[in-house]
Amino acid sequence: MLKFATRFSELNFYITYVLVALLLFSFTAVFALFAVYAERKVSAFIQDRLGPMETGKFGSLQTIADILKMLQKELITPAAADKVLFVAAPVIIFVSVYMGFASLPWGPGLIPASLNLGVLYVFAIVSVEAVGILMAGWGSNNKYSLLGALRSIAQVISYEIPAGIAIISAVMIAQTLDLQEIAIQQGVLSTEGSKFLGFWDVSETGGIFAWNIFRAPHLIVAYVVYFIASLAECNRAPFDIPEAESELVSGFHTEYTGIRFAFVFLAEYSMMFLVGMFGVILFLGGWNTPLPNIGNIKLAEWTTGAAWGVFWIAAKVLLVVFVQMWIRWTLPRFRVDHLMDLCWKVLTPLAFLCMAISGVWRLLIM
Amino acid sequence: MEQVSQLSEFGKIFIFLILGILLVTATVFLSVILAPKKPTYLKLTSYECGEEPTGNSWIQFNSRFYVVALIFLLFDVEMVFIFPWATVFGQKSLLAAAPMWGWLTLIEMFVFVGILILGLVYVWRRGDLDWIKPAQQIPHVDIAIPKSAYDRINKEVYVVRSFNAGTEPEPISSDVPKPGPSLSKPAFKPTFRKPNNG
Repeated sequence: MLKFATRFSELNFYITYVLVALLLFSFTAVFALFAVYAERKVSAFIQDRLGPMETGKFGSLQTIADILKMLQKELITPAAADKVLFVAAPVIIFVSVYMGFASLPWGPGLIPASLNLGVLYVFAIVSVEAVGILMAGWGSNNKYSLLGALRSIAQVISYEIPAGIAIISAVMIAQTLDLQEIAIQQGVLSTEGSKFLGFWDVSETGGIFAWNIFRAPHLIVAYVVYFIASLAECNRAPFDIPEAESELVSGFHTEYTGIRFAFVFLAEYSMMFLVGMFGVILFLGGWNTPLPNIGNIKLAEWTTGAAWGVFWIAAKVLLVVFVQMWIRWTLPRFRVDHLMDLCWKVLTPLAFLCMAISGVWRLLIM
Repeated sequence: MEQVSQLSEFGKIFIFLILGILLVTATVFLSVILAPKKPTYLKLTSYECGEEPTGNSWIQFNSRFYVVALIFLLFDVEMVFIFPWATVFGQKSLLAAAPMWGWLTLIEMFVFVGILILGLVYVWRRGDLDWIKPAQQIPHVDIAIPKSAYDRINKEVYVVRSFNAGTEPEPISSDVPKPGPSLSKPAFKPTFRKPNNG
């Protein structure tokens, strides 16, 4: 009987994790659908149009209709393509983005898989997507796809350097690679104690003052570097030369049709959320509330908890995603040599500078 | 008994991996069932904006990307070394045990990173970070007309005739070319390619 009970609890454990994984998968997919709709509406309002209006109230069912249409479209595999790479690429691209969500904390105690190497894991997962893009571009055996994929890889790996160094400067302040611990340090639940700009002890006050960018103000620069680099890693405008539609048709996914195209497309939007959330956890306080305790009004303690955590992190990340969309519809595309100049001659030295300041700050002030 | 049922954290990641691949493959499979499948020769050719695709695209590609990849490799390896150091150089317990620990490791890391930044400066100075641009050729024509003749024309000031609504406009020269004999028909004859497997 006891053995049976153990077996049952073991099974329970697996079922829980499969459910968590399912929940996260549906979140990834549903968010991507929502983001596509949001992007179309945001772009429409920026350009003084209405955007989708026909399907559902204010066109809200547009992307659902789109995905149902995509499901019914013929899957064309070009005769000249490398079949294995071509078919596997969308799966790898989407799954790698989805896997990134596996170790991101949503609230105190709410983390799908609490890795003590979380930062390194997410950083690695983001690069796996580049492999998928290269497979898609090479496997298509199409000149536009290959050019798009090569540009994409050159861009992603170049911008990984400033992004990585900026992340390291945050890790040096936090002294851990565990994302949950990094999030805890930036609020009232911290046991370590934190100082606003290095002089005012805010371990009891919490709120916005305990976020990493205010605990060490040079991390504001590091966050800007990370944000620009993350735009490049998502291949988002103004860094969208890999899919520059005026010269390369649509870059590495030119040959994709139907649901395979949909996965590549949705992965881009999930990726926006992933890099946004990663940045929010490292620099903008993660799931911590922006409201500080003021004397007896314990705003920070009242607004900290599992449900509040999900609310705050979702709100912050959606704001970041909105800024990403805003930038896309405001700035023109970079030229390829400007792109490389910005990465290697501006962002990389700036990131190294942040790293040096982080080291001194940690030892002298914290 | 409790330890047996515990999945390691990477075990959970593995569940995510399996489930992700399963769900994506299932969706693609659903699409395979729902979607029509009528391949034709033209549908399966590579897309080249309507032109007939010529040649293979698996060719040698521009080596500019190769230099970028090399520099990336250098810095990526460096970053892998920095990550573990970044988590220990300021640990309170280690600093309590040896007060010089923090500064010593920080200086060590600065020397290490400094050497690599020296590498970056070297590549920068050598111009390897610059995008290889084709040399711009300024068009040049061998003619006997001196440059000053062009300059004079460029400097010439043109006077705009004052507008007068009352008078008839002066007739512009009347030697408008009369339409000559019938022009030849356009030489372009569209041809249509018939699918081989009609």
